[in-house]
Amino acid sequence: MPETTTDLPSFPVPRERPFEPPSAYAQWRESGPLTKVRLPNGSAAWAVTRYADVREVLSTAGASADKMRPGFPHLRSGVIALSTDSNLEFMDEPDHGKYRRMLSPMFTARRVDTMRPAIQQIVDGALDRMLESGPPADLHGSLSLPVPSLVICQLLGVPYTDHDFFQSLTVRMLDTTTTRDEFASSLQRLHEYLLAMVKEKAGNPTDDVVGMLLDGPARAGEVTHEQIAGFAMLLLVAGHETTANQISMGTLSLLREPAKHEAIRRNLELLPGAIEEMLRVSAITDLVMLRLATEDIDIGGCPVKAGEAIVPLGAAANHDPQAYSDPGEFEPSRGSRSHLTFGFGMHSCLGQNLARAELEIVFRTLFARVPTLRLDADIDDLPFKKDGVVFGVHELPVAW
Amino acid sequence: MAKVIVDRVKCVSLGVCESLAPAIFEVTDAGELELLTDGDIDDENLEAVRAAVAGCPTEALTLVED
Repeated sequence: MPETTTDLPSFPVPRERPFEPPSAYAQWRESGPLTKVRLPNGSAAWAVTRYADVREVLSTAGASADKMRPGFPHLRSGVIALSTDSNLEFMDEPDHGKYRRMLSPMFTARRVDTMRPAIQQIVDGALDRMLESGPPADLHGSLSLPVPSLVICQLLGVPYTDHDFFQSLTVRMLDTTTTRDEFASSLQRLHEYLLAMVKEKAGNPTDDVVGMLLDGPARAGEVTHEQIAGFAMLLLVAGHETTANQISMGTLSLLREPAKHEAIRRNLELLPGAIEEMLRVSAITDLVMLRLATEDIDIGGCPVKAGEAIVPLGAAANHDPQAYSDPGEFEPSRGSRSHLTFGFGMHSCLGQNLARAELEIVFRTLFARVPTLRLDADIDDLPFKKDGVVFGVHELPVAW
Repeated sequence: MAKVIVDRVKCVSLGVCESLAPAIFEVTDAGELELLTDGDIDDENLEAVRAAVAGCPTEALTLVED
């Protein structure tokens, strides 16, 4: 399908303001169900901006998540190389469902509840260090980054004595000053570490994700040790940067509205609703959900042909006035989990129960231990991740 | 009485329903969604089940109300 794309609006579009989608999204939503845009490699894709249409794309079997298919929309070249037989994010049915069902018992609300004491200890430890070092402090580096990394250690069953090693590698991989070579070597070391850990646990199954996969599916010959190491890496890649950025953006959404912050701190019943609003408004995974039509489909009355690329925009959906009145308002009393920050459909976030628990424990603990927390910079001066796939902030200066 | 029906093809056992209506849904260690009732939903759990049906990311749940 050769076509000239130079006249199309270029994509991705940077946000003008951290808590609002790019203003182009509202224009596209008004001008038609779908908008044809030009990707960085010059190819065309359909941008989807209406809430109902984004849900439709994410739940139809006619749109594939398999990025190895020719024509799949790629936003940047530096895609993290995970082995394809472990990477659920980019698998279609029936393989996706088969592996996902192996992992899902470890991520249910009940299972996550059993992890709460350990998560609390991790949050307390990170806060102890932040409070000792300041004020001021960088909340992103001292709380947001270490907490999800250590929770993943817990989930995977990384021995306590290896936590520092694991964490220094995972944080290094997310640091923008890390060169491509350093990144590749960190990824390689981590993979070797995880594979060695899987092999070691094989003789002695433990009560963690790796142990359970070894005990069940591996014993039944359904997965290999390499695949389990791959799943471990997938959980890290999917659960670290996302959760870290959401902790920082969530904190910032409280610190920029002190009256709402105080109201939630004084009435913790508002917290679950506030967390859903942090997820909805900041919409950090706007660019994560990419698809390729594998058959002719209809999206919001607009035909999409097999082989055409689709970019369903989470931030556009979360800010669609047809779905949310006054969508830019952070309003904990909305009490709705209907936002698409965890995606939708078969690929919706496996770790969403865990992410919600981490966020809840982080904010409860911040409220109790640092009630006077405030931003120690002008919000307009903060270094936002304008060109990242996951939106966020590089640094969050705070004082108390 | 209202009844809840699970589409076993669509369900990926994520357990969002379980987090919203723990008295009705449970994902087992084998990764299967189990109904803790025979499908009948009493008034006490109806609101929670409505939330679970609406919140299911794979639209695998249907509530039949008569």
